[in-house]
Amino acid sequence: MTRFRLPAWFALLLPAIIVLAAVVLIPLVLSLYSSFTSYRLTRPETLYNWIGTFNYEKAAKSAHFWSAFGRTVLLLTIALNLEMLLGLGLALLVNQVTYGQRALRTIMMFPMMFSPLLVGFQFKFIFNDNVGLVNNALQSIGFSNVAIPWLVDGQLAFFSILVAEMWSSTSVFAILILAGLFAVPRDPIEAAKVDGCTPWQSFRHITLPYIMPFIYIALAIRSLDVARAYDIVQIMTNGGPARRTELLWTLIGRTGYVDAKMGYANAMGYISIFLAIGFTIFFFRKLNAARAELGMGG
Amino acid sequence: MAQVNLRNVVKRFGPLQVVHGVDLDINDNEFVVLVGPSGCGKSTTLRMIAGLEAISEGEIAIGDRVVNDLPPRHRNISMVFQNYALYPHMSVRENLGFSLEIAKKPKAEIDKAVDEAAEILSLTDYMDRKPGALSGGQRQRVAMGRAIVRHPDVFLFDEPLSNLDAKLRTQMRTEIKKLHQKVNSTIVYVTHDQVEAMTLADRIVIMRDGYIEQVGTPLEVFEAPANTFVATFIGSPPMNLLTGRVAADMISLEGGLKVAVPDQYRANVSEGQDVVLGFRADNLMPVGHAMPMEGAFAELEMTVNLSEPLGTETLLFTSIADKEIQAKMLNPRPVASGEKLSFQLDLTRCHLFDAETQNSLRSN
Repeated sequence: MTRFRLPAWFALLLPAIIVLAAVVLIPLVLSLYSSFTSYRLTRPETLYNWIGTFNYEKAAKSAHFWSAFGRTVLLLTIALNLEMLLGLGLALLVNQVTYGQRALRTIMMFPMMFSPLLVGFQFKFIFNDNVGLVNNALQSIGFSNVAIPWLVDGQLAFFSILVAEMWSSTSVFAILILAGLFAVPRDPIEAAKVDGCTPWQSFRHITLPYIMPFIYIALAIRSLDVARAYDIVQIMTNGGPARRTELLWTLIGRTGYVDAKMGYANAMGYISIFLAIGFTIFFFRKLNAARAELGMGG
Repeated sequence: MAQVNLRNVVKRFGPLQVVHGVDLDINDNEFVVLVGPSGCGKSTTLRMIAGLEAISEGEIAIGDRVVNDLPPRHRNISMVFQNYALYPHMSVRENLGFSLEIAKKPKAEIDKAVDEAAEILSLTDYMDRKPGALSGGQRQRVAMGRAIVRHPDVFLFDEPLSNLDAKLRTQMRTEIKKLHQKVNSTIVYVTHDQVEAMTLADRIVIMRDGYIEQVGTPLEVFEAPANTFVATFIGSPPMNLLTGRVAADMISLEGGLKVAVPDQYRANVSEGQDVVLGFRADNLMPVGHAMPMEGAFAELEMTVNLSEPLGTETLLFTSIADKEIQAKMLNPRPVASGEKLSFQLDLTRCHLFDAETQNSLRSN
């Protein structure tokens, strides 16, 4: 009697398959399945209560969901653009520094070393309407004599979150763009100078095309980051007041863990994932186009 | 069209001085080649003319304008770089037209200038390709085309052929020479290749360690090198040099050889002076294998260590006092290593240098 043996390729892949199944596949399938049930964390038996696409329809009709969705896209658009411009400016400045550049580059990365939670707490304090630094400063120099409700007014709160987000992440752009600037060859820039370019023109026509791939990589990475923004907002405003700073993941988090409606939360999560996937595809297309421009192949 | 004048030009990088007071006048429409070994300051000098390096001291004028403080874009120059420096994200056409585009020239004028340049350099078939899809020679031609579309006052070439293979280099050399005749403009050309310098230049500037060693036409620097450095740098194979001492109208050389002081130097040497005798391989030939010549000859008996047949001639490597000496054999026959031959040294074409200063003892 011959013993049954697994085919060699399968035996070799098995450890990887088991690990992947445990940490990726099963949670993925389970969450997808639960989004079609009325699963509530407080009533485990509801996991078997199949309700079809009800959760998805509910989300599609929910004004709360779509305003959070829209606000996330808005934050993503504004934050990424501003961070990119500031990061580009910062990188260009640091690139000009000849003495002490290493130290500067390290200092530039400090904001990335803090947990977003701490950044949230710090900015919550900075923007506090009574004891916060901003209001104190504004009042001391006489710009205002009232306590501006930075974290209470809807638009001001959005602005405050934006500032915190930018403070903590502009350096991601700066570092990546700086790497791009280091990779720009000197010759074409000099050729452009001789060809009659002003410094701005050589930047616009020569340097920028060279660093575009780096900018798109940074945008792709950061778009995923901002699309799942949660911690800073959760700490600073908890999506409030009255949902005025609600983002996708604060909404989903609250629905799942506070309201315990895990099935519904999962359904919203799956819709939101497409946002992130969409941005990633968009930026990678741009990246490949920019690389092809430079003759680096797709 | 313009002349270029360098007055006591100095370049320092921090405490390191790399160009030591260069004086040079380049005439309108002249093709001047700066040549020298790596690190001699030739590229730095060119880059100062271009405005890519600041001038530490002295003055550079293009035409009638002192350009020390002008950025490159106001100097009306074009430059061809060693690594071509093409814009990788632009097609050949865009590369050629870029400078005119920047100058906001009308579209029709740009197209005309670009087509003209493409015609001259036979690039017409590649106009829509990106530089990445071109061969080295084609890229080099695009780089040159980019320089000529602007009709600049001065063309600057920074070792433009050193990245090409030998065959292409010869071909491009001819094209550059033709180009100069066609566009009729001042050219400053940097190379470390003395053959390029000899074939292209109206005048050669030989540099070493940031100093100019000699300026002259190719023939002048070949026939009358100002010092031993120029003598060994220009010409291939390099000039043979032997040290010796003058005694009674004879030079006793290392290794016990004696030759008469060449007539043309007799008045310029003194008894007991230490000298360096220089002669090219072309002037040391085995008896019976040289062109019959008028003149004064010295006869030397030497052993051939090695021979390099080149077809129409053979290079013979011998030695005097452990110093390698190269001779040339015309109408060659096979020569075995270790063969003893008697050679004729043409004294009328020998050079004498002072052993101490290394400068030529020629009277002029």
